Amino acid sequence: MKLAYWMYTGPAHIGTLRIASSFKNVHAIMHAPLGDDYFNVMRSMLEREREYTPVTTSVVDRNVLARGSQEKVIDNITRKDKEEKPDLIILTPTCTSSILQEDLQNFVERASIDSVADVLLADVNHYRVTELQAADKTLYQIVKFYIDKNAKTKNLELKKTKIPSINLIGISTLGFHNNHDTRELKKLFSNLGININCIFPQGAKVKDLRNLPIAWFNILPYREIGILTSKFLKREFEVSSITMLPMGNIEFNKFILKISNFLTFKNEINFILNFINKNTRKLLNLNWIKRELKSNQNRKKAIIFGSSNHVATLAKMLSKEIGIEIILCGTYCKSDSQWFREQVQNYCNEILITEDHTVIGNQISKLKPDVIFGTQMERHIGKRLNIPCGVISSPIHIQNFPLGYKPMVGYEGAKYLMDLIYNTLNLKNKKNTFSLFKEKITIT
Amino acid sequence: MSQLEKSSLTFQCETGNYHTFCPISCVAWLYQKIEDSFFLVIGTKTCGYFLQNSMGVMIFAEPRYAMAELEESDISAQLNDYEELKRLCLQIKNDRNPSVIVFIGTCTTEIIKMDLEGIAPKLEVEVGIPIVVARANGLDYAFTQGEDTVLASLIQRCPTEFIEKKEKTQTFFSNLNLFTKNKENLESEKNLKSLPLILFGSLPELIANQLQLELENQNIKIAGWLPTKTYLELPTIEEGYYVCGVNPFLSRTATNLIRRRKCKLISAPFPIGPDGTRAWIEKICSIFNIEPNGLEERENNIWKSLESYLPLVKGKSVFFMGDNLLELSLARFLIRCGMIVPEIGIPYLDKRYQEAEINLLEETCKKMNVPLPLIIEKPDNYAQLKRIEKYRPDLVITGMANANPLEARGINTKWSVEFTFAQIHGFTNARDILELVTRSLRRKNYVQSFCEKELVE
Ligand code: SF4
Repeated sequence: MKLAYWMYTGPAHIGTLRIASSFKNVHAIMHAPLGDDYFNVMRSMLEREREYTPVTTSVVDRNVLARGSQEKVIDNITRKDKEEKPDLIILTPTCTSSILQEDLQNFVERASIDSVADVLLADVNHYRVTELQAADKTLYQIVKFYIDKNAKTKNLELKKTKIPSINLIGISTLGFHNNHDTRELKKLFSNLGININCIFPQGAKVKDLRNLPIAWFNILPYREIGILTSKFLKREFEVSSITMLPMGNIEFNKFILKISNFLTFKNEINFILNFINKNTRKLLNLNWIKRELKSNQNRKKAIIFGSSNHVATLAKMLSKEIGIEIILCGTYCKSDSQWFREQVQNYCNEILITEDHTVIGNQISKLKPDVIFGTQMERHIGKRLNIPCGVISSPIHIQNFPLGYKPMVGYEGAKYLMDLIYNTLNLKNKKNTFSLFKEKITIT
Repeated sequence: MSQLEKSSLTFQCETGNYHTFCPISCVAWLYQKIEDSFFLVIGTKTCGYFLQNSMGVMIFAEPRYAMAELEESDISAQLNDYEELKRLCLQIKNDRNPSVIVFIGTCTTEIIKMDLEGIAPKLEVEVGIPIVVARANGLDYAFTQGEDTVLASLIQRCPTEFIEKKEKTQTFFSNLNLFTKNKENLESEKNLKSLPLILFGSLPELIANQLQLELENQNIKIAGWLPTKTYLELPTIEEGYYVCGVNPFLSRTATNLIRRRKCKLISAPFPIGPDGTRAWIEKICSIFNIEPNGLEERENNIWKSLESYLPLVKGKSVFFMGDNLLELSLARFLIRCGMIVPEIGIPYLDKRYQEAEINLLEETCKKMNVPLPLIIEKPDNYAQLKRIEKYRPDLVITGMANANPLEARGINTKWSVEFTFAQIHGFTNARDILELVTRSLRRKNYVQSFCEKELVE
């Protein structure tokens, strides 16, 4: 047992539901008590979703406890099959079903006899994996299922496209700035003359998955979701992936160079190199921010905390591009800690891997950075200690679903980040000037 | 229209596949109400995730609640529950020093049959803090029923004799005596002898005071309220006392008061809306043979003050999907305001505890000459959405999961959870209910007039 007030990642079933509800025409049925469908509320509120969230519950109540689910789960699956006519139904276990130890796989097999939809049991264990790991796993499970299924019926498309093309993997519902990032990446690929073969899970249909092998390569902006899938595609079809978050100028240019490696024709590569030159020069304008920050005093100290992906990339950006000293860099993605360490060790003084918000809170109050980049939790820690904080990673909050266009990746993303960094750093200065005149002005 | 001829209400039961909050959410308002308490929710990440997200910014304000998160080793009984809980309780005692720790049992503790009721008394002695156990889990209850389970458990901690209470106060908090004495002096000045009447249900201090004042205007002074502002002040409950609820979801609490403490339940409609408030007071008066004084006038004045709202709702239809058990009382009030209610969904209906409310609902329908609503216990949201599509009501009162999608389909909605947290009790707060109900109606009017204007100009 452990005393917990706050969690950086949700329970496993949230990950599965995020994947299921990202696809089009996929329905998830949770095996859970009444009240565990809070996911629907979050999706509806945070994404301001116009459609009903395709998640229902096969309710576990006293009767189920006493006599088992019996036909209930199967009935619920076949009922949804008739009502919604989904392509796929995913039975989603929760913490409750994990200890009931019913043979859900058996239910799935029996239900799939009577239903038109395919039926899968999400293979995630509540006590072993987090939301992100579960999402990764579920995505892989679905992709593998449809690749295998189409291979059997010889419906798999294998011939590469004529024009260079990519799959964009890991875009999902309730992901941090996912929709904006996707738009930015789409724009980029269309500028580069690269076709997008399939974006998934967000907005994809399961029948599109049979086309995955025809792409030249995969793009994985968020390493938390999609790694298993990308490995699978590599193993089966030799489709390689670029797994990186193209955030910040340097990383983004690297990203584009990597893309050029996948292309075959000289003129395409030249086009890309020109593209980089042109855009980088445009961005050099942003140097004023650096100059201003530098002139402003000695080197600013920052603490960064969040998902491994966003933190590692931002750490490089702050340190290499802006010259901020990173005194501590941390993540709550324990399962990804090795990769994380390798990425950041040269850019920060200290590395912290923890899921406990009090640990990072204590570090912040001990090290007293000039600025924090973190999650909602760090924002509140910052508020308490009067240290400005920019939010750069989930856990998410309604404020992190801006209506305006705010990508984190690509050139637009670099601009947004510069704004964010500059404003966050200057918040404190302004505060101080204000407080010269009046005691209590708080800027939030 | 055929329903018009029906003489009594129709009750149906569906599949129970509906959205509602888990009852552990009650900690969010109860820890604020009982100021010296600490709530420990013994459950999994699922429970924690729900609380963290549903509490919003409250979570950052160091709330007096925490999760005792069960790990795999707890489930497989490799760790000793007693020792684990003791460790956490001592930590809580150290950090917060509360007067009571409330253990909230969850689905997981039910399934693995963790004997919280057995552990608590032993721990209580060892840790030196009272420990109350409430099983507010999603297997058995919905949303507001969580409060019901907590209050039902608190009953056994209410002292029986005044002396006992005094002693308790002295040992736990000797300097509190000063304060209590002052208060007693103050109260005796008012020269009202309290009647053997206990009210139950957690309301914000302000609202509780307002209701108490309404009763005092009828020369009724209550002996106590469950829960109180602090655990140490829990009211004395004697055998033969009368008890009366202020909220419709407190049937277990009522049952426990009757069975365990041999109290007599005053079955009254709930003080929601001016009609409900008046009926509630009148019923209490009738028990103590007091002639109600000026109530009719008071009610009429309130209705008059609502005049600007009533035209907005008159003749409009409102559909309750059902998720917090306030539905019957709200529907009754809205019908009295002139609305039409085709369907009232409700998670659970205790016909005995809500008897007076059901009767008033029926009377109100007859008085207003509108069809009787269909009451659906354990509704099926999917079927309800089909009915909503067909009926197209002017307003749907529903949870947040369905609100945005319904709005996108051109149907006005109001989040049901707001009624749980808004101040809706008593004469003076009727306005707040209508404020909530008309908000989206007004928005729609505004947007429509705006669009039309645009088109014309
Ligand atoms: S329904 Fe059960 S498992 Fe889910 S949050 Fe409530 S108590 Fe926890």
